[in-house]
Amino acid sequence: MDYALNTGEQLQEMLRTIGVASFDELISTVPAELHARRLEIPDGLSEAEVIALGEGLASANRSLAQMTSFLGAGAYHHLIPTVVDALAARGEWLTPYTPYQAEASQGTLQAIYEFQTMICELMQMEVANASLYDGASSVAEAAVLALRATERPRLLISEAVHPHAREVAATYLSGAAAVIQEIPTVDGVTDVEALKKALGQDVAGVIMQQPNVFGCLEPMAQASEAAHRAGGLFIASVYPVSLGILQPPGAYGADIAVAEGRCLGSPVAYGGPGLGLFTTTQALVRRIPGRLAGCSVDQAGRRGYTLTLQTREQHIRREKATSNICTNEGWLALRATIFLSLLGPQGMKELAALNLEKAHYLHQRLRELSWIRPAFDQPFFNEFTVEYEDGIKVDAVNRALARAGMVGGFPLKNWYPARPQASLWCATERISKTQIDALIEALKGVR
Amino acid sequence: MQIPSELCYTKTHEWARRDGQEIVVGITAHAQEELRDVVFVELPKAGKPVKQAEPAAVIESVKAAFDIYAPVSGAISRVNDAVVKSPQLVNQDCYGGGWLFAITPGNAEELTALMSAEEYAKQLQAQPH
Repeated sequence: MDYALNTGEQLQEMLRTIGVASFDELISTVPAELHARRLEIPDGLSEAEVIALGEGLASANRSLAQMTSFLGAGAYHHLIPTVVDALAARGEWLTPYTPYQAEASQGTLQAIYEFQTMICELMQMEVANASLYDGASSVAEAAVLALRATERPRLLISEAVHPHAREVAATYLSGAAAVIQEIPTVDGVTDVEALKKALGQDVAGVIMQQPNVFGCLEPMAQASEAAHRAGGLFIASVYPVSLGILQPPGAYGADIAVAEGRCLGSPVAYGGPGLGLFTTTQALVRRIPGRLAGCSVDQAGRRGYTLTLQTREQHIRREKATSNICTNEGWLALRATIFLSLLGPQGMKELAALNLEKAHYLHQRLRELSWIRPAFDQPFFNEFTVEYEDGIKVDAVNRALARAGMVGGFPLKNWYPARPQASLWCATERISKTQIDALIEALKGVR
Repeated sequence: MQIPSELCYTKTHEWARRDGQEIVVGITAHAQEELRDVVFVELPKAGKPVKQAEPAAVIESVKAAFDIYAPVSGAISRVNDAVVKSPQLVNQDCYGGGWLFAITPGNAEELTALMSAEEYAKQLQAQPH
């Protein structure tokens, strides 16, 4: 279908109908600092001149290809094998709309089915859906599921769960009667004693993240057991790459395991898109949000794939649907499927080991600097928190590093104002020993 | 079409039967026929308060998902775990082994206000769906 722009006349007609004088008036309730700045393009430029102008502006951006990044905090820079792009860019995959029409969508449906199978294997869970928008919406959907499945009104969430996920969950539940209670941390990990005290017969579920937002490893098995003893569900938000080395959520009895899956074959892009992974036990299968692809046989007994359990969904169940999410991140799920099939279980182990080693080398080298000390005494995977000596500003250090072509650790004060000196550092397999050594040299000059 | 004369009926095709202190509830032969093959039954928890004419359970069939309304107000006293394990019981024996849940009624008068078998048969004739 052609894209036909509105004429000036049509715009005026629409504005008149809704009773505003101009487009600017229509958006006047949006704070001015949030408005997109208008691109200044002088009249009378040729096509080549306009392109040059655009390229000049674009070159002011700095990308991960130009910078050495030690930034994680929920979005991790991982290698994407060229095969992922080569296969995912095939035309057949580029219209990943909901494949209702099974007879015309066997390829897409099989890809989703394989994706679900791999995610189940990775998480050691019984059921995976076809994906959700991102890791944060997966956490929120898990919260809603726990409230519905247990018919209990209270949720406990660790303060070490990524704040974006906590915010999305709070937004989801803003109209519900549910109460979300935050559980504090001690030395960088969730306070299990406080968790046990907060548990009760009215608690629908406990939400924790592994590794948590500070990079520390949580006592998941202990928390899971406590949640179950109180009759609640245990919800684990995990980092897929870490599962090559860490226990999968199924091993510590998670009822729901979710994740941000972008690290599996998709780039860190400004603001998204993300890939929400969502898995549960078989007992909760009818309460899962979103699409599920199933495997069946046709009339002639041949294997075939189709969307299944659709009576959970809003086009059938209306207001009683388990969720209003019908869609999935089809193309990113496909990329994750290609990525996982390339690496396999052994590759995932090696990938996780590389991350672990790089981050521990970085940790060791940072500790050589007198003004940096570890914030917590906890095991970590590929990310950890350090604190700078008073008087040394996290932002100032990062500005100095940026001039040297490096992106420093994430200033945790943005999310935890009580930790003004804390910086969250990450090293994935993309970081080399040479780059870490160069970082330390640069940091020596900062002081 | 089987419409046992000893049962009471709702407009929404549930049947109700007094059994001691309880009111036992299921869906009618007409309802199960319309639903076609039942594949899943979601029952309330024992003890849950229910209100007359409000949804108390959900039945999923190969066609769609349907609410099952409480014929009287009260609290759920028992549920039929057999239909959760074998949803096809609702099709095979809707007035017997395919019962859904029992209610301890808050107000026994509500039962007498339901339709008789005769009245329900008339409703089916008047609006077969």
